[in-house]
Amino acid sequence: MANPFRRRMKLKRLSPFMLINLAFLTLLAVIMLLPLIFTLNQAFKPVTELFLFPPNFFVHHPTLSNFRSLLMSESVIPFTRYFTNSVLMSAITVTGVVMVSAMAAFGFSKKKFPGSAAMFSIIIVSLMFSPDQVWITRYVVIANLGIMNTYWIHILPFLAMPVCVFLMKQFIDQVPEALIDAAKIDGAKERTIFLRIVLPMCMPAVSTIGILAFQQIWPETESSLLFTSVESQRLLNFFVGSLTNGSGTTSSSVGSVNGVAGQGIQAASALVVFLPFVIVFLSFQRKVLQTMANSGIK
Amino acid sequence: MSATETATAPAAARAQPLGTPLKRKSVLKRMRENASAYVFVAPFMITFIVFIAAPVFLALALSLFQFDSVTAPKFVGFDNFLSIFTEDRLFLRYALPNTFFYAVIVGPVGYALCFFLAWLINQLPKKWRDYFTLALYIPSMGTAVSMGVVWMAFFGADETGYLNRLLLQFGFIDQPIAWLFDPRYFMWIMILISLWQAMGIGFLAMLAGLQTINTELYEAGAVDGISNRLQEVWYITIPSIRPQMLFSAVMSVVGTFKGGIVGSSLIASTNQDITPGNSGLLISNHLEDYFRNRFEIGYSASLTVVLLVMIYAMTRFSFRLFGPKGDE
Repeated sequence: MANPFRRRMKLKRLSPFMLINLAFLTLLAVIMLLPLIFTLNQAFKPVTELFLFPPNFFVHHPTLSNFRSLLMSESVIPFTRYFTNSVLMSAITVTGVVMVSAMAAFGFSKKKFPGSAAMFSIIIVSLMFSPDQVWITRYVVIANLGIMNTYWIHILPFLAMPVCVFLMKQFIDQVPEALIDAAKIDGAKERTIFLRIVLPMCMPAVSTIGILAFQQIWPETESSLLFTSVESQRLLNFFVGSLTNGSGTTSSSVGSVNGVAGQGIQAASALVVFLPFVIVFLSFQRKVLQTMANSGIK
Repeated sequence: MSATETATAPAAARAQPLGTPLKRKSVLKRMRENASAYVFVAPFMITFIVFIAAPVFLALALSLFQFDSVTAPKFVGFDNFLSIFTEDRLFLRYALPNTFFYAVIVGPVGYALCFFLAWLINQLPKKWRDYFTLALYIPSMGTAVSMGVVWMAFFGADETGYLNRLLLQFGFIDQPIAWLFDPRYFMWIMILISLWQAMGIGFLAMLAGLQTINTELYEAGAVDGISNRLQEVWYITIPSIRPQMLFSAVMSVVGTFKGGIVGSSLIASTNQDITPGNSGLLISNHLEDYFRNRFEIGYSASLTVVLLVMIYAMTRFSFRLFGPKGDE
């Protein structure tokens, strides 16, 4: 039939449907981004513009003074310490989650061992139990493990993400069994099969669970609040939270900076929390699409 | 191979009376053969048991106790649940209906938005998809804690608030509305913010799923008489990305029950102690209150169990809809 051909031709040119679609999505994208555009502008506003009435949405004379007061705050623990903590803990946790989940997913997907079915069905059930829901009893567990007031509290509790194993297994299921058998015949060890064949074929999933893990740990405030009383072990978003609502310990933070003048500092700190997200996502996203195009998993 | 098999068969027949030890041995043998599999699964299973399974079971256990973390826990049976459903005014009047209302709107609408928008983006030429994906996904990365400053400016109580100014300018209202202090609007603002953040990882999963659909399927569908996009979506797209649809549904459920943080960060940035008239009190806020302010760990554990049961029910429903055993 000529049908498929015509279809492809239609995609090349812009049909009315495509135009409406494009216009709608553009409008929506702008609306979705409004709060962030606002934050961006607010962060660079000088105090005089913050007090303007009626307020300007866009900044007219951008200044770095908000970022400067964030950096030079008179707190005991400098802003940079929280930032470094967050970067290090996130890097370790994301790597950990990806390895732990991919290994488990490989085990569940490509090996039929006694207990595998039962274990995996438990994981399916636990998909819905995100750690947030049971944080009260998680607190009790962690308090009894003796890892309170160590950096482990930002790593260990986050390693097991059933969601990541589930997602990863769905992708590994699509790796043909024949490929693994062929590698086995060639004498490849389990570890080699996992690292050299399965993982490279599942890079889209690896990227996705990487993002998922990063989303879990980077904005984390509960672990800083509940599991440690050492201020220098706390994470960035906890500090930012204490800026906006004064929930943190006042001795260490800049103190609550509500009110109009504080808005600029709050926006600046929100931006600092936020930008790494965008950067991480952008770099991962490119990888996802690239591997999608190259590997052609079906 | 087949020769050895036939050779061992009579041996197995002879060992019939001792059937069970033989069976156990074979399980052990299979376990030993698959030793490497356990090595692969172990790191996850250990952390899973310690940090997820144990807390869930501990919640189930503690829900039967009166426990304030100072005196020894006292077994009270189902008394906690009894008080939750008969005496706890805050729970019955606000937390339960609010959670229900919030979940019923944010869950399905957010989910539908994820699918619809992913589908729309997938219709675009490849080179444009990235930008829209990014624009729609970015809000889900905005953490509730750091976005407070934005909502205060947007929903500001006086005419400096952007929404008020806009509405005043166009003459929809005569005087500014204190959006974040009014029980009539608070919940809707929470819902709006949650929907703004709804295009998260489930959205990405659907998008990834859509991109892997074999285009030949659509061509075959056209041959088989599918004539419009709606039919295409129903008969080809949705069945093709069923696994991603299920994953996304579960994510929607989980995300929906995280909604408590939206309300609590809104009241934190407006210096309120509770949501106006408790209009935004969700079960997750309610149990946090019992844990943090009243130190009733047993009671908050029972509330956790109530929450888990609700999540379980909704997830079961999602599996019904999109599970592997659906209508295939």
